[in-house]
Amino acid sequence: MLKMLKADRGGLIFLAMLLLIALVVPILNLFTAADNPLHISTYTVALLGKYLAFALLAVAVDLAWGYLGILSLGHGAFFALGGYAMGMYLMRQIGERGVYGDPILPDFMVFLNWHSLPWFWYGFDMFWFAMLMVMALPGVLAFVFGWLAFRSRVTGVYLSIITQALTYALMLAFFRNEMGFGGNNGLTDFKDILGFSLQEDTTRIALFVASALALALAYLACRLIVTSRLGRVAVAIRDAEDRTRFTGYKVEHVKLAIFTFSAVLAGIAGALYVPQVGIINPGEFSPLNSIEIVIWVAVGGRATLYGAAAGALMVNYGKTYFTAALPEVWLFALGALFVLVTIFLPKGVIGLFKAKDKTS
Amino acid sequence: MKALDQLRNTMRRDRVFDFMLQTSSLEVDVSHGTILYLEDISVSFDGFKAINNLNLYIDAGELRCIIGPNGAGKTTMMDIITGKTRPDSGSAYFGQNIDLLHLSEPDIAQAGIGRKFQKPTVFESHTLFENLELAMAGDKRVWPTLIARLNSQQLERIDEVLEIIGLQEHRFQLAGSLSHGQKQWLEIGMLLMQDPKLLLVDEPVAGMTHQEMDRTAQLLTSLAGQHSVVVVEHDMDFVRSIARKVTVLHQGSVLAEGSMNEVQNDPRVVEVYLGEQGEV
Repeated sequence: MLKMLKADRGGLIFLAMLLLIALVVPILNLFTAADNPLHISTYTVALLGKYLAFALLAVAVDLAWGYLGILSLGHGAFFALGGYAMGMYLMRQIGERGVYGDPILPDFMVFLNWHSLPWFWYGFDMFWFAMLMVMALPGVLAFVFGWLAFRSRVTGVYLSIITQALTYALMLAFFRNEMGFGGNNGLTDFKDILGFSLQEDTTRIALFVASALALALAYLACRLIVTSRLGRVAVAIRDAEDRTRFTGYKVEHVKLAIFTFSAVLAGIAGALYVPQVGIINPGEFSPLNSIEIVIWVAVGGRATLYGAAAGALMVNYGKTYFTAALPEVWLFALGALFVLVTIFLPKGVIGLFKAKDKTS
Repeated sequence: MKALDQLRNTMRRDRVFDFMLQTSSLEVDVSHGTILYLEDISVSFDGFKAINNLNLYIDAGELRCIIGPNGAGKTTMMDIITGKTRPDSGSAYFGQNIDLLHLSEPDIAQAGIGRKFQKPTVFESHTLFENLELAMAGDKRVWPTLIARLNSQQLERIDEVLEIIGLQEHRFQLAGSLSHGQKQWLEIGMLLMQDPKLLLVDEPVAGMTHQEMDRTAQLLTSLAGQHSVVVVEHDMDFVRSIARKVTVLHQGSVLAEGSMNEVQNDPRVVEVYLGEQGEV
């Protein structure tokens, strides 16, 4: 483990920066006065926490795309499923404090005149069960989807298109009120998590630190995978799938294992995202979101893991800035960014630094 | 009643379920001296008969050259042996006991058949060392691969193979930066790491200089004996320099078989193949 980190300078810098902000941001938020120029508002803390969840999602996509060559345009689906699992837990925590005051049923079910909880909502009042589902739901979906797709040897653009169809189909399904997930309003109006109010600064800080921690752990886990022989097999599959098969590796199994792991990470990212933004709705399944993730990874730099995380932070900061200052321009800027990066920076922003390293 | 009998039959304690049988880890049985049996194999693509009633036997330890004009079905034959293409009819056995038609490509590779592609295919973004490491024989399932570590014996083996293919000084170079001929050798080296019983080598000297060709000939002849080697090649000089036994394919079936001299003097061969090129 230590040896692995020593050889990974970019990763060390990334983890050090992550540690730094995980320490500094809470301190500046809790121990400085609101009029201090160094003060970081709770709003900003939640925003940064959201970025970190996105960074985790980008790392998950990079594992599948950068190292295994699976360009998934549907990772938003796994993210959203993890988010919904967390959202269901948070809904059950509301209890009698809902507008209609029903001790069991969430507001939207009372509104729909439902009298009992659907079976798939059982168990979500328990935190451990919800966390299990955060990982299991995206994992199982990715496993079944991947098993069918990889076994039929669907690759390349065709695979990308069906991942896109997957997330689109889920979006349409979750928009329906009868599904029992709140229809187009989704799940919102959360009150507390594990008994701590979501409005409290300390809870926000805790969620932020949890996001940073999850990102660091996910990074290390992915690093372990890509530096193992399995990681080298993954790259071999990316570059010469047939050769790998005739070398004796069951390509389908390798793809399935890594794709499923990547989906689980995306689910965890979704679960961290939802309490920090306070809502999950079917819009998260929209194909556009999934494509945006791919842009983050491309901008940061493919097959570096930390590059993907950096890309997610940069693009999302840009998004926050642009959508506030020039909302009409954002989508054009995003499109232009993708085109420019693909043409001029095929290795992403991280590629710039790496090139400098070599020349000096 | 019938269903009950079936159930009883299924539950018999002296019986082993088919799905419990391990097919992939079977050791190949060559006690009859033949390592590959292809019998009555036919395959057609959109009506075109690529392979037509092909019968071919390869002895254990043999070095066999297969020649034939373009479209004779040489590469298709290799596809069938390695599981890439399924024939319409016929049977293909590896040794006496392994039915190739029911195994997947990786299973066939693990059973001991290695293949070199026509176009040299190596893992370009890995170093030579890593290429050989990945090819190395061993448990190639997901979890064992994740936790795999090289031991000193395996390191030695990699060094040994690097020496055999003459690329020691490039060991930490990316395979993508090798020349065409070096890639060919690396691919043969990867086959060696797989430690196959049977090597299928598709056009090993395409695009090679004469010196490189000589080295390759040396390499392949040194392999025969411990391994059975099947070489598909267009270059007649090269075939003449290594072949003990030559098989001529034409329109998907065997036209002639024998030593290079016998084959060259066979009038049918001269007509369909060698005659086409003007001279032998």
